[in-house]
Amino acid sequence: MKNITRFLLLSLVAAPFALRAGNIAVTGDTVYTMAGAPLKHGVVLIHDGKIEAVGSADTVKIPAGYRVLSAAVVTPGLIDAHATVGLSGLLNQAQDQDQSEKSASVQPELRAIDAYNAKDPLVAWVRSYGVTTVNTGHAPTALMSGQTMIVKTFGRTADEDVINPAAMTTVTLGRNGLTVAEGPPGQGGPSASKSPGNRSKAVAMLRAELIKAQEYARKRDGKDETKRPGRDLKYETLLRALDGTQPLLITANRQQDIISALRLAKEFNLKIVLDGCADAPAVLDQIKASGFPVIVHPTMQRSYEDMENLSVETAGKLHAAGVPIALQSSFEGYVPKTRVVLLEAAVAAANGLGFDAALASVTSDAAKLLGIADRTGSLAAGKDADVALYDGDPFEYTNHCIGTIVGGQVFADGPH
Amino acid sequence: MRYRKLLGCAALVGLAAGLSAQEKPQVFTGAQIIPIAGEPIAHGVFVVQGGKIVAVGAADKVVIPAGAELHDATGKVLMPGLVDSHSHIGSGSGGDGSGPIQPDARVLDSLDARDASIQKARAGGITTVNVMPGSGHLISGQTLYLKLREARIVDDLLIKLPDGTNAGGLKMANGTNSMKGANGFPGTRAKSAALVREEYIKAQEYRDKIKRANGDAEKMPPRDLGLEEIVEILDGKRIVQNHTHRHDDILTVLRLSKEFGFKVVLHHVSEGWKVADEIAAAHVACSVIMIDSPGGKLETRDADWRTPAILEKAGVLVGFHTDDPICDSRLFIRSAALAVRAGMTRKGALEAVTIANAKILGLEARTGTLEAGKDADFILLSGDPLSVYTHVEQTWVEGKKVFDRSRPEDHLYAVGGAGAGDSRRAQLCCFTSAWDLIAAANGADQ
Repeated sequence: MKNITRFLLLSLVAAPFALRAGNIAVTGDTVYTMAGAPLKHGVVLIHDGKIEAVGSADTVKIPAGYRVLSAAVVTPGLIDAHATVGLSGLLNQAQDQDQSEKSASVQPELRAIDAYNAKDPLVAWVRSYGVTTVNTGHAPTALMSGQTMIVKTFGRTADEDVINPAAMTTVTLGRNGLTVAEGPPGQGGPSASKSPGNRSKAVAMLRAELIKAQEYARKRDGKDETKRPGRDLKYETLLRALDGTQPLLITANRQQDIISALRLAKEFNLKIVLDGCADAPAVLDQIKASGFPVIVHPTMQRSYEDMENLSVETAGKLHAAGVPIALQSSFEGYVPKTRVVLLEAAVAAANGLGFDAALASVTSDAAKLLGIADRTGSLAAGKDADVALYDGDPFEYTNHCIGTIVGGQVFADGPH
Repeated sequence: MRYRKLLGCAALVGLAAGLSAQEKPQVFTGAQIIPIAGEPIAHGVFVVQGGKIVAVGAADKVVIPAGAELHDATGKVLMPGLVDSHSHIGSGSGGDGSGPIQPDARVLDSLDARDASIQKARAGGITTVNVMPGSGHLISGQTLYLKLREARIVDDLLIKLPDGTNAGGLKMANGTNSMKGANGFPGTRAKSAALVREEYIKAQEYRDKIKRANGDAEKMPPRDLGLEEIVEILDGKRIVQNHTHRHDDILTVLRLSKEFGFKVVLHHVSEGWKVADEIAAAHVACSVIMIDSPGGKLETRDADWRTPAILEKAGVLVGFHTDDPICDSRLFIRSAALAVRAGMTRKGALEAVTIANAKILGLEARTGTLEAGKDADFILLSGDPLSVYTHVEQTWVEGKKVFDRSRPEDHLYAVGGAGAGDSRRAQLCCFTSAWDLIAAANGADQ
């Protein structure tokens, strides 16, 4: 009984609460601004949800009336470059799983923002490890599953928390994008009746859809108004992929799928972001030559099927080759229901990526990749006050995130 | 002395070269030794011979035997090989979908000793493992406790008990995994418990019949492989390894264990923190899983990294497990570190991946600590066992090195990459061997 009481008491004290945005000074023994060298005894001043000033304690004086929060290590709020959090809920029951729509294989018109549950406990969970921004959306379980959104982890509503409602359109090449598992006839093999049943068909369908989108654009822009087609949400979305304003996020893990993605990009002059890329070391030169960035599979992703060749060193190898990377929590169908990008970056840091690049892959580099570097991903005056506080090296298993600040709002729900 | 005698005999039969290589004492110097039994030893000396630990201690206390093969382990950490009390490596299976109670099904009859998952477990520093079937049944079948020696076939991995049988337990489960509601499977928790009680009562009656027959073949009941296994549980020869998440399911296991007097270990125990005192009062051990986030199913909604700390404070024997492939065997020791993050003592956490798990499997006399006379199961680490930056550099089972991170073929299994999904050393076959893939991968890298 004593233990329960203590635990419940602890839980009460630690119950998530958010303090009102105000004037805050965050001081850190080490402050990784990700906009220059780390600061020893650094100070981050926050006013009205924005960063007011950043510098060493000698140069930045804390004005009177500021609430002071101190930590051993301070970093920008972490960015999870690809997740399904908010769509794939904690309970894994039908009522909280909106990450996978199986009625058709090509549905780019589906929007994450129309499903995102800002109050799902897993949003608060990732926030408790310092994650302040998530690029979230449909799971890589269909050829074209929908549009991701970039959202802050305030936990209010989708509309209040969103910073880009239509960031990328997701495409899945390889096994997970097919309607059936690969295998011998009768076990999900060539007997598949719904397309795409194999890799060739998947790419054929993508090419056909992109060509139809181009034709749709020609007709829509035709001189004769009466001959213009009605609005088509699917093709409108694909046109944003074709004009580069909303890139395709192509999940491809097998080397032939990575190459197919690059071939497709070349044919349609697409700007794409590669995702997963378990086989990246086998096609490093091709990825590098393409210039496209990679949102690398979670470091601790399970290695099976299309991902059987994944390595904890993939992120390090891509980074060493000069490929822009970010890390992600990706999608899990079972447990853990979400991964925590901090913990994924930790294992990458220890396996070839190194501390600095690992931290960048979940802060500044992720922000650049997602096109939000003007707002977040580094600690600099004028940027959103997204900050994470740790009691030591954030990547060490035994250290804790002791506070997360999202847009100037302090979330303190106990050390995590 | 024993070594010299053996050498002499071997020379007589003309096997000197082979045996002397095997029997040469192996001595490790310079490492920080964490014996688990006792305080860490800076710059310790560790002596191994004939598959057993000969000596462990401070440099000025341990004599280095003549003719020993010396290993300079300066800067390394040397600790017992890890014991994983719940895993599914080796592609084993147990009961099928035909019914909820299948104690006759054995992992033994399904295990692939060459599966890549076994080599990955060695890369994670695991030297002893409980490979389980299930958990989709009330009784999924017989588990196997294995030593991860170099292996061609499952027999190479077995641990023989004094009576000649294979070490192993019985896998049971309650809660939603076995509540399939069709094909004889229970649809509710009460029915689950009722079915288990019926089975145990049947086994009691079976045992009584055998006793009454008193050796008279005419009076013996027909052999029942399932009931034979349950009788071993009733007799305390084997331990029930019970999957259970919710606090009420945990209490049901304790109730059944008390009613029939069987030894049990609680596995997963997501809600163990809610009934820590009850678990402690029942003197039942827990094997906890550490998952990166709660949820994924209703029963694990309240899973919490603080569970091991709370159980430890309540006085419960706590071990960890991977449930591989749920958690990666290569990151097993991370469980201990995350538990420390959430309040467990460092001592308790390190015990939980070694001696506590050895006790959970009833193998504490053989493994789990570095003590003279125990099996020479140990690992060499590049640094502190609880640091993310530390790698397992070598894994030794019974005095033989089974993993060495500096060997390219082993490094592959440690970090992943092309070929790591394949079984170890495809041999004597038409297919491209894993070795060729490794060579190709390394050629491409370097």
